[in-house]
Amino acid sequence: MEKIPKIWRENLITYGMVIIAYAVMQILISFGLVSRLVQGLLVPLCIYVILAVSLNLTVGILGELSLGHAGFMCLGAFAGAFFSKVTVDAITFSPVRFFLAILIGAAVAGLFGFLIGMPVLRFRGDYLAIVTLAFGEIIKNVINALFVGLDSNGVHFSLSDRAALGLLDDGDVIINGAQGIIGTPQDSNFTVGVLLVLLTLFIVMNLIRSRDGRAIMSIRDNLIASESIGIHVTKYKLMAFSISAALAGVAGVLYSHNLNSVAASPRAFGYNMSIMILVFVVLGGIGNIRGSMIAAIVLTLLPEMLRGLDRYRMLIYAIVLIVMMLFNWSPKILEWRERHSLRELAGRLRGRSKV
Amino acid sequence: MTQDMTPLLNVTNLSISFGGLRAVDDFDITVKKGQLYGLIGPNGAGKTTVFNLLTGVYRPDVGKIFLEDENITNMKTMDINKAGVGRTFQNIRLFKKLTVLDNVKVGLHNRFHYSTLEGIFRLPRYRSIEKIMNEEAYKLLKVFDLENEADYLAGNLPYGKQRKLEIARTLATNPKLLLLDEPAAGMNPNETKDLMKTIRFVRDEFDMTILLIEHDMKLVAGICEELTVLNFGKVLMSGETNAVLNDSRVITAYLGED
Ligand SMILES: Nc1ncnc2c1ncn2[C@@H]1O[C@H](COP(=O)(O)OP(=O)(O)OP(=O)(O)O)[C@@H](O)[C@H]1O
Ligand SMILES: [Mg+2]
Repeated sequence: MEKIPKIWRENLITYGMVIIAYAVMQILISFGLVSRLVQGLLVPLCIYVILAVSLNLTVGILGELSLGHAGFMCLGAFAGAFFSKVTVDAITFSPVRFFLAILIGAAVAGLFGFLIGMPVLRFRGDYLAIVTLAFGEIIKNVINALFVGLDSNGVHFSLSDRAALGLLDDGDVIINGAQGIIGTPQDSNFTVGVLLVLLTLFIVMNLIRSRDGRAIMSIRDNLIASESIGIHVTKYKLMAFSISAALAGVAGVLYSHNLNSVAASPRAFGYNMSIMILVFVVLGGIGNIRGSMIAAIVLTLLPEMLRGLDRYRMLIYAIVLIVMMLFNWSPKILEWRERHSLRELAGRLRGRSKV
Repeated sequence: MTQDMTPLLNVTNLSISFGGLRAVDDFDITVKKGQLYGLIGPNGAGKTTVFNLLTGVYRPDVGKIFLEDENITNMKTMDINKAGVGRTFQNIRLFKKLTVLDNVKVGLHNRFHYSTLEGIFRLPRYRSIEKIMNEEAYKLLKVFDLENEADYLAGNLPYGKQRKLEIARTLATNPKLLLLDEPAAGMNPNETKDLMKTIRFVRDEFDMTILLIEHDMKLVAGICEELTVLNFGKVLMSGETNAVLNDSRVITAYLGED
């Protein structure tokens, strides 16, 4: 049984890539070789990687299409930022505060994933895609219109305007409608981002290679067969979907603590964002965790790298998209990759040539 | 023959219609513990529909299904499996992107437990239970001569081995009753002969009761002790294998008159 070590090796390569990329980036930064622009991209990169990897759990591992991943990110962003803003004076040690904010963001997003998944995941077909698309937009729009204030009487809500909160003089507006939350502590940084990427990879990759993960993948591969051998299909669909949503919430917390404010803008949390995350997953290879990560990094960095080329920027971007698509999906290339993979090479060196 | 007298499966008055078509019409069957029982009939007779009714894929319009003393009529597919019914499918349904080993391990799912967190954090129980699951899975793979393909993706197996893997996966759930839908379909005569041996072995070694649908009359005559013949959704006759196969009504149903 050489199976366990093989999986370990695969996982170690993925963690190793993250750690090496982090180390190289830190060295380059210390020598002053990284532009401000790229430095500003480092936390967003981590956010996109977490989003792509977590969406792959729903799309690639569970096999259900979700078009509202940005909605869960939005929930996590606001839940986490709300907590941090309220407790910024009470908890002065920022790592602890940020840790709690992440837990809260994950819990709120995961809870909504559960609540939305419960009615929808019972059905077969593309209901989930439609419902999550609608949900994502609703969440963003509701938060965009939401006013929440805090005073000595407690919490006040309104969906109309700030004045309707009727705050006392000692009160403070926490969520200010379309302006969102202003004055969140900037607790995110590249190191924390990378740690959260590693945590996300750890959770997703270990889940897949466990009893529950096998059950989830069996549903993807054949729902009827899965039921016929006693798998609780609804339970495992909900589990995968909620974990995926919770991790999107973690990305949201990272997002809302990167700058000192967060607003529920369409650019940050709209369906375009959900689609972009889906593009990372599809181009990286559905069900391929490492692929999602690489696609998220390449497709985020590329437009910035190409800024100098100005007019040809989008053209090159499009070409890269097509090349990645071919690389991950063309049957001929997949076969070629299989034959020339490192594992195969290692196998041949050891004198055995198994698949 | 070591046959107990309590019926393991007892089905009465089972019926279902699709639109105007009575696919299964007043179907009865009694399978005793330890029996190797055949369900035969021409194409479209309703055999697979019977299996789908027995396993909760379809709900019957009328009728009762008892597994020993338990009424499993209208139970969910998942719960019917937990009650002790395992099945295979006419058009093979494997988890194609999982390995052969993992296909069997999904079958072991309800027999070995550790929590999600124990799995994610690789706690000691994850290790010990996974080890036991691997051993159990390999035992089953050996029965079906699949242990050398354990790491292959199930979808890459040749056809005959896919059929065997499907049986192994179902046996992993530890059923009392095994339903096989055309296990020899698409196999060559050698593979079929081999399969007959395996089915007998499974019955003896696992103390299994087996109800199988089959078109291959050699296989049916070779291993089934009793048969029920289905024609246009109705039971044409039931009885001892030789008596049934030599009955003129059955012969006409198969050769088709009109
Ligand atoms: N879900 C369904 N909806 C409508 N008609 C159905 C459905 N399932 C089965 N039928 C019909 O019921 C009849 C019996 O089908 P079934 O698959 O049970 O036959 P079978 O005896 O297994 O045949 P074969 O030997 O070809 O496998 C057929 O006429 C089929 O078209
Ligand atoms: Mg059939």
